[in-house]
Amino acid sequence: MATTSVLKPDYEAKGDSFIFTDEHEQLRESIRSFVDKELAPHAEEWEETTFPDSVIHRMGELGFLGLDKPEEYGGQGGDYYTALVLAEEMARAGSGGLAMGVAVHTDMAMPPILAFGTDEQKEEWLIPAIRGEKILCLGITEPDAGSDVAGIKTRAVYDEANDEYVINGSKTYITNGHRADVIVLVTKTDAEAGYDGFSLFLVPMDAPGVIREKKLEKLGMHASDTALLAFQDVRVPASALLGEKGKGFYHIMWELQGERLIGAAGCVAGAQQAFDKTLEYAKEREAFGRPIGNFQAIRHKFAAMATKIEAARQLVYMTAWRFNNGEYPVREISMAKLYSAQVACEVTDECLQIHGGAGYMKEYGIERAWRDMRLNRIGAGTDEVMLDVIGRSYGL
Amino acid sequence: MSAKGLPTEPAERRLVPPFTEEHEELRASLRRFVEGELRPHAEEWERERWVPNEMFARMGELGFFGLDYPEEYGGQGGDCLHSAVLAEEMARCGSGGVAASLGAHVTIATPPVWKFGTEDQKQRYVVPSIRGEKISALGITEPGAGSDVASLRTSAKKVDGGWVLNGEKCYITNGVRADFVVTAVRTGGEGHGGVSFVIVDTDQPGYQASKLEKMGWHASDTALISMQDVFVPEENLLGDEGGGFSLIMANFQWERLSMALGAVAAAQNVFDTTLAFAKEREAFGRPIGNFQAIRHKFAAMATTIEAGRALTYHALRLFAGGQDALQEVTMAKLKTQRDAFEVADECLQVYGGAGYMVEYGVERAARDARLGPIGGGTDEVMSEILGKTMGL
Repeated sequence: MATTSVLKPDYEAKGDSFIFTDEHEQLRESIRSFVDKELAPHAEEWEETTFPDSVIHRMGELGFLGLDKPEEYGGQGGDYYTALVLAEEMARAGSGGLAMGVAVHTDMAMPPILAFGTDEQKEEWLIPAIRGEKILCLGITEPDAGSDVAGIKTRAVYDEANDEYVINGSKTYITNGHRADVIVLVTKTDAEAGYDGFSLFLVPMDAPGVIREKKLEKLGMHASDTALLAFQDVRVPASALLGEKGKGFYHIMWELQGERLIGAAGCVAGAQQAFDKTLEYAKEREAFGRPIGNFQAIRHKFAAMATKIEAARQLVYMTAWRFNNGEYPVREISMAKLYSAQVACEVTDECLQIHGGAGYMKEYGIERAWRDMRLNRIGAGTDEVMLDVIGRSYGL
Repeated sequence: MSAKGLPTEPAERRLVPPFTEEHEELRASLRRFVEGELRPHAEEWERERWVPNEMFARMGELGFFGLDYPEEYGGQGGDCLHSAVLAEEMARCGSGGVAASLGAHVTIATPPVWKFGTEDQKQRYVVPSIRGEKISALGITEPGAGSDVASLRTSAKKVDGGWVLNGEKCYITNGVRADFVVTAVRTGGEGHGGVSFVIVDTDQPGYQASKLEKMGWHASDTALISMQDVFVPEENLLGDEGGGFSLIMANFQWERLSMALGAVAAAQNVFDTTLAFAKEREAFGRPIGNFQAIRHKFAAMATTIEAGRALTYHALRLFAGGQDALQEVTMAKLKTQRDAFEVADECLQVYGGAGYMVEYGVERAARDARLGPIGGGTDEVMSEILGKTMGL
């Protein structure tokens, strides 16, 4: 086997994939060339400044924001796998924050508008979002409620006289919160109704009473903007209600599934990216008279990392296959999310180790990957929440 | 999903590629056999350190030894996917030794004869093996040469009409009961190039096999074989003289893939048993499975198993498609063997004191699984192979 053919993800070998077709490969090529030319060269600069809104505009122009969305809304009408391809290729930019900002727009905030929005809502928000003209964010987490969605306190009270809702509360860790034009906001409309008391709203971010607090500083994901938001007597028309009143919890639980799998694909691709870079480094960097990769201890590190990455990738693909074939595999999605995030963290840490002192320096980008990846074991449901979901699926 | 995109009833579980309905029929009949005729006896055979030879004949009779052989040789005319189902289902018998003994016959010992043998050799050895009338073993490892095949020393000296063998083989599954052993010998000089394969009839004078005692796999006989001037006729040379190394390599992928399939299935089996236990066994007023610490153990185990399955099926799809899939098979072998042991060990922990007792079979599962990272090429050898394929 030629060494060049080795450890390339299986989608690079024709006919090897049971989910991707030639069309997916063509799409991959075009996204890849965009990422390599227009995103990767700026990754380092954007760590300081966060990525510019023009990235979203440009990606909308190229049709990358609606790959799996219906053509009638300006999307490309592709299948679920096209969204996986985007997540995988975005990782090549080497900036977790950038990939996350785009994913929140396309895979977190967009799906509920598509699934539950009225024609007017789709016209106002979905179509321009797919075009990249408007930017979306999603507001679930609050200072006192993260994975425990049921603990959400943000209230939306109906004002019958004006046929409006009045929203009060706060949301935190909101990706795109500063740049977004609209937020898909999870609120409680009936404090007594438990899980049946949640409702979603589309709240324009320029509505009076929406306060964007300062950008939150983070361990990693520096290219993304993360907001603490306050809502003080924010008034929205009744038509801003997204989906059914009282069904918000179920709406959001549904959409979290697709997002988690896309996130898992991003983790695998991020791990692969760090692996590829480190492999190259280990072949060049010499110590004790030979490339460090030729030491058995290092060689076996690569073997172990490659095995984990491939296992995670295949778990994601197998689950995506189920999802695309109409199953709703919550258990497997949770497994894929859990495992991929852990693998990504372990792999980037091992890559840091192989780089040695250089890895600890900013220049090589490995410490950034290490910091960026660490979020994945927390965001979109912590490891511990995933373990609970999986365990409960067995009746425990 | 409903029109609103809300999750409704969980959709029907689908068969994951590469398997289809056709394989499920075979799976059902294998499962009936394993649960009806192997599992109930597993404990007894473990104690006796022997699975009866009649079971070979029985499996032959049922056609399970010829799944991927052509019908004219008594096979079922299937392919490696059918054999994959066999590897998975045999792991459910609850004894690594039973699965190994019956499995080694069909997975590692007969295939080289089929692939490299002459028509005469196929008729004499493969056909009765498929029927379960002859039992086979593969003899490669020696006291001084395991994964390092190039250093094996058993000598074959050319004599009139054949060869005379002298040397020792060890850790040979089925070596005691075998009717013939597909044996690696040195016919030439040092290194890979001097290695050839011959088929040794075990009733030849000078062939002696004794059982080795082991940590696990008790139901299988693992032999130390000594050969003193054992005669092998010319027509029992398998493949080309000096071509032994490629013969070894030819079946490695399938052997390792079978091991991966078996390990995933074995891990699933002990997981299922332990899950049932954790739902029934109460402590501090509730089933132990309802404690978060235990629930998370199950979640972590299930994730490990599923990731191993995904990786193994990936390798299987490539292999079934005619690729060597060196990298993918090696990864699958490497990942699943240690995983299967860790799952069994965690299950032992969930069982607590009961798990330490022979009765529940979980201590056996752990002991049996421990061979995985050693047999069929150690984890360290797998890592070497992978490293080399990356140019390291």
